[in-house]
Amino acid sequence: MTALAALIRRDLRVALRVGGGALIGVLFFLTVVVLMPFALGPDLALLKRLGPAILWLGALLASLLTLDRLFTADHDDGSLDLIVMSRAPLELACAAKAVAHWLAAGVPLIVATPVLGLLLNLDGQATLAVALTLLAGTPALTFTGMIGAALAVTLHRGGLLLAVLVLPLSIPVLIFGVAASNAAIAGPDGFGAPFSILCALSLAGLVIGPVAAAASLRHGLD
Amino acid sequence: MTLLDLANPTRFLSLTAKVLPWLAAATAILLAVGLYQSAMAPDDYQQGATVKIMFIHVPNAWLAMFVWGVMSLSALGTLVWRHPLADVSAKAAAPIGAAFTFLALVTGSLWGRPMWGTYWEWDARLTSVLILFLMYLGLMALWRAVEDPTRAARAAAVLTLVGAVNLPIIKFSVDWWNTLHQPASVMRMGGSTLDKAFLIPLLTMAVAFSLLFVTLHMAAMRNEILRRRVRSLQMMQAGQQAA
Repeated sequence: MTALAALIRRDLRVALRVGGGALIGVLFFLTVVVLMPFALGPDLALLKRLGPAILWLGALLASLLTLDRLFTADHDDGSLDLIVMSRAPLELACAAKAVAHWLAAGVPLIVATPVLGLLLNLDGQATLAVALTLLAGTPALTFTGMIGAALAVTLHRGGLLLAVLVLPLSIPVLIFGVAASNAAIAGPDGFGAPFSILCALSLAGLVIGPVAAAASLRHGLD
Repeated sequence: MTLLDLANPTRFLSLTAKVLPWLAAATAILLAVGLYQSAMAPDDYQQGATVKIMFIHVPNAWLAMFVWGVMSLSALGTLVWRHPLADVSAKAAAPIGAAFTFLALVTGSLWGRPMWGTYWEWDARLTSVLILFLMYLGLMALWRAVEDPTRAARAAAVLTLVGAVNLPIIKFSVDWWNTLHQPASVMRMGGSTLDKAFLIPLLTMAVAFSLLFVTLHMAAMRNEILRRRVRSLQMMQAGQQAA
């Protein structure tokens, strides 16, 4: 347990210091959202209607971009080999790394959501709903993305291949995230069901992601 | 004869060399029978002659999902049993499955134009099949991204199994999202709702397409084995020249 806590602490520290690059994700999120009015036109009513979808797409792309670093940095300096060889089960170590990555790269996205919601003309309730769905849904994005990151590091390929592999897997999260946000804006009734499914997807990702990532690391590293 | 007997590529090659002509002949005969039955099937009272697209479209769609199932079994063979031919089977199946998925999308689109008035609709069934197609393409990209076949095999096996978990989720999640495509009518509780005049050609075509897949898959596996032999021979030759 202490080994896993130490791993989380170390990953957080590495991510937040110079060269970590976790906070670049937030900057990317901001840039994507700012680009939208240029593409769609500065129509506030339209932006309000598309707001949840834009925020979710931005968060999805931002979490995808930061995932590239999840294993490659450790692979480059050799610490990934130590993690694979350590006595802590590799599945749990992967889960710990994913949790640390979510804390460093996922939570800032959620914190930034209210500011971006303001830019997209969302009212308080809508912003709160989007932030809540992101809180429930971004762990699922991290866990599914982790599988792609593990595959990418064993193959020494990243970037576009990672995106091609991970994006189709994140479709259910996107569907239910946007559905829950829109339901909350329309009224409080329809929010419960998609939100619960979103939580369920995150929990299922917590089980499947680390096991699949550990399997591909174990089979793929030489 | 067990699966283990087939682990020897040479034995696999000699066995399939005997089986393959018979399989190909059976496929050709069944396809001819199925096409004849489809052509002779009556027109639908609502859809007219376009209903005959179904005899091509539905088997393609079934095969699109069935091939992912075959690849999942092969992935288990690669990761769990380390069966030497499992990754050959998985690699050979991916382009065939992608082709079936593509044909299901195209025929469905051509059928949708006269029936629904549009080539494409962001409907649950169409979208989930399109995602299946994207996942096939991603898997093929993964196979092509790595030179060493055994490394690529393990990565592709993990992705195939994750995709197999995700497929039902995608299928049902889009069901709640948006729908226009008709619900299941052949394999459902309480028997088929399809009339016999349509059901028999459809089932003949389904069996013919399954045989077509088995034939193509076997041929593609043979090619893959031979390709790997050529590759290792070339490596040996290059090694001798360097020495």
